[in-house]
Amino acid sequence: MTTATIKRRHPERPIWEEEPTPVGKGLKGLALTGIGLAVVFPMWVVLVTSLSPERVINKAGGLVVIPGELSLRAYEQILSGGTVTRAVLVSTGVTIVGTVFSVVLSVLAAYGLSRRGSVLHRPLLFVFLLTFLFGPGLVPSYLMVTGLGLKDSYWSLILPSAVNAFNLVVLRAFFMAIPQELLDSARIDGAGEWRILTRIVLPLSKAVTAVVALFYAVGYWNAFFNAVLYIDDNSMSPLQVLLRGMVLQGTNPTGFAGPTPGTAVVAPNLAIKMAVVMLAVIPALLVFPFVQRHFTKGVITGAVKG
Amino acid sequence: MSAITDERAAGESVKPAAVARRPRRAPLKARLRRDWPLLVMTVPAAALLVVFHYIPTLWNAIAFQDYNPYAGVGGSTWVGLGTFQRMLGDPGFWDATANTLALTGFQLVFFFPIPIALALLLNSVLSRRVRKVMQSIVYLPHFFSWVLVVSFFEQMLGGAGLLAQEMREWGMEPLNIMNNPEGFPLLVTAQAVWMDAGWGMIVFLAALSAINPSLYEAAASDGAGRWRRLWHVTLPGLRPVIVLLLILKLGNALSVGFEQFLIQRDAVGAGAAEVLDTYVYFQGVVVGDLSYGAAAGIFKGVVGLVLILVANRVAHALGEQGVYSKQ
Repeated sequence: MTTATIKRRHPERPIWEEEPTPVGKGLKGLALTGIGLAVVFPMWVVLVTSLSPERVINKAGGLVVIPGELSLRAYEQILSGGTVTRAVLVSTGVTIVGTVFSVVLSVLAAYGLSRRGSVLHRPLLFVFLLTFLFGPGLVPSYLMVTGLGLKDSYWSLILPSAVNAFNLVVLRAFFMAIPQELLDSARIDGAGEWRILTRIVLPLSKAVTAVVALFYAVGYWNAFFNAVLYIDDNSMSPLQVLLRGMVLQGTNPTGFAGPTPGTAVVAPNLAIKMAVVMLAVIPALLVFPFVQRHFTKGVITGAVKG
Repeated sequence: MSAITDERAAGESVKPAAVARRPRRAPLKARLRRDWPLLVMTVPAAALLVVFHYIPTLWNAIAFQDYNPYAGVGGSTWVGLGTFQRMLGDPGFWDATANTLALTGFQLVFFFPIPIALALLLNSVLSRRVRKVMQSIVYLPHFFSWVLVVSFFEQMLGGAGLLAQEMREWGMEPLNIMNNPEGFPLLVTAQAVWMDAGWGMIVFLAALSAINPSLYEAAASDGAGRWRRLWHVTLPGLRPVIVLLLILKLGNALSVGFEQFLIQRDAVGAGAAEVLDTYVYFQGVVVGDLSYGAAAGIFKGVVGLVLILVANRVAHALGEQGVYSKQ
C-alpha cells in the first residue's frame, strides 16, 4: 500500500487518522444541525411572530413559523411611549451607567493591585479574593441595601454588583503581564501612576478591558432579581421585570400611546409580547460578534499566559 | 487560596519564591510616598466590597437573634441557636433541601456530560467554518437572562406555545410541559443545557487543544482505533478539568440556581420548584422572618464551604490537583 498515492480530501486531517464512515459523517451532520436548530428555531419563531400583523397570526393560530406579510407595527407601538419604552430606557440607562462605573472601579483597583510588594498589596488583594469563597447571603444583603435607603433607587441595581472579583483578577493578570521595563521607562520620564495607567497600560489592554466591560454590561442588562427585591415602584421597572410580567405572568401590555381611533392598525397582543422578547435579546445579539472576536483572544490566551 | 491559576503556578516554584521572599524593604514612609496613588486607586472598589459584602456577612449574626428591624442588631434579643432549631424542625426547610439536592443530582447526570460531548463533537469537525458558526450559535444563549430563556421555553412548550398550538391543530389534547411538576427537573435541566452547555464547552475545547497531537499519532500507529484513542488519550487529557469542574459543582450543590426557579414557581407550584435559595427569599424577605432567612442562608453557606473542602480533599487523594493545592 503506497500511502503517498491516497487522495486526501481534507489536508487538515492528520495522516494517521482514518477517514470517517458515511454513516458516522451523516450522524455527525444530523447532530450539528439538530443542535443549531434547537438554539436558533425558538428565536426565529419569536422574531417572525413579532413582525407579523393580526391576519397572519390568526391564520397561523398563534405563533408564526413561516413568515408571511411583515410589519413593524408592534415595535412602533411599544417604542412610542408607555411602559415598555420606559422599561427599555431604564434598562439602557442602568446598563450604561453601571458598566462605566464598574469598569472604572475595576480597572483602577486592578492597576492598584498589579504591583507585588506595594504597600498593603497582599491584604487588599485578599479583600477581593475572599469574596470567591463565601457570599453574604440574601437577607443580610437585603438589609444592607434597604438600610442605606437605596430602595426604589436605581443605585440599588448598580452598587451591590458593581465590583466583580473575577473580572478584577482577569484585568490584573493582564496588567501584570505588561513588561515592567515599559512602565519603568515612563516613570523615569516623570510619568505618575495615573499617566502610566491611561497612556500605557490601558491602550495595551483594550481587548481585555472591552471583554470585562461586556461581561458587566450583560450582567446589568439581564439583572432581574435585584429589581424584584429593591424596586417596588412599577414605573421604575427594568425590561426584564416587565418581560416576566408580560410573557410569564400574562399581564397585558398597557399604557401605549396608540391606538388613536381611525389612524392606524393596532398590533396584535402576541406580536407585542414577542417584540418585547426581541428587545431583550437585541443587546446580546449586538455584542455577540464582538465577543466572538475578542473572547478567545482576550480571556483564554490571558488565562493560558497565566 | 488565591486565584486558581495564580496559586498553582506559585505552588510549583514555591521554594525559590520563599528564598527570594525577603528583599531588603525600603522604610514604610518611603514606600508610602511611592505607592499612595496605587492605594487611592484600589480603595473605592475595596470599599464597595466592604459595604456590600463584608459588613452584610457580619449581619448574619441576626440569625442568632429574634431580629426586630426597628430595634436593629443592638436592640434585638439574642436567642442563641433557637432559630436554627426551629429551622431544623421545619418540614418546609427539609423539602427545599431535598429538592435542591435532587435537582443538583439530576443536573450532574444530565447536564454535566453534555458540554464534554459537545466539545468532542465540535473538535472532530474539520471544517473551520462549520466549527466557528456552530460555536457562535451555541454560545449565544449564555448571554440571555433567565427570564428570557424561560420566555423562549414558554413560547415553545408552554400552554400557549408552539407545541400546544400544533397539537391543537392536529386535534390532539394540547400538552403544557411548563406547568407539570413531575417533569420539572427535566425541564429545568433542559433550560440549563440550552442556556449554558455551549458556554461550558469552551473550557473543554481549550483542554482538548492542549492535548499533544503526537500522543494520538503514537496511539494510532500502535493500532488504536478512534474509540480507543478517545478512551486512552482524550479522556485522560480532560480528566483534570473534569475533576475540577466536578468539585466546583459539588461545592455549589446547594446553589442550583435561583432566578430560574423563582420565575417558574407559580407555574409548577412550590412543591416542585422550592429550592434553598428561593426558600431563603420567601421566608426571609417575603414572609419577613429575617432571622429565619439568615439562618437558612448560613446553613447553605457553611454546608457549601464544607462540601468544597471535602471534595477538594477527595481530589487530592485521587492524585488530582483540585481547586487549590496544599503548599
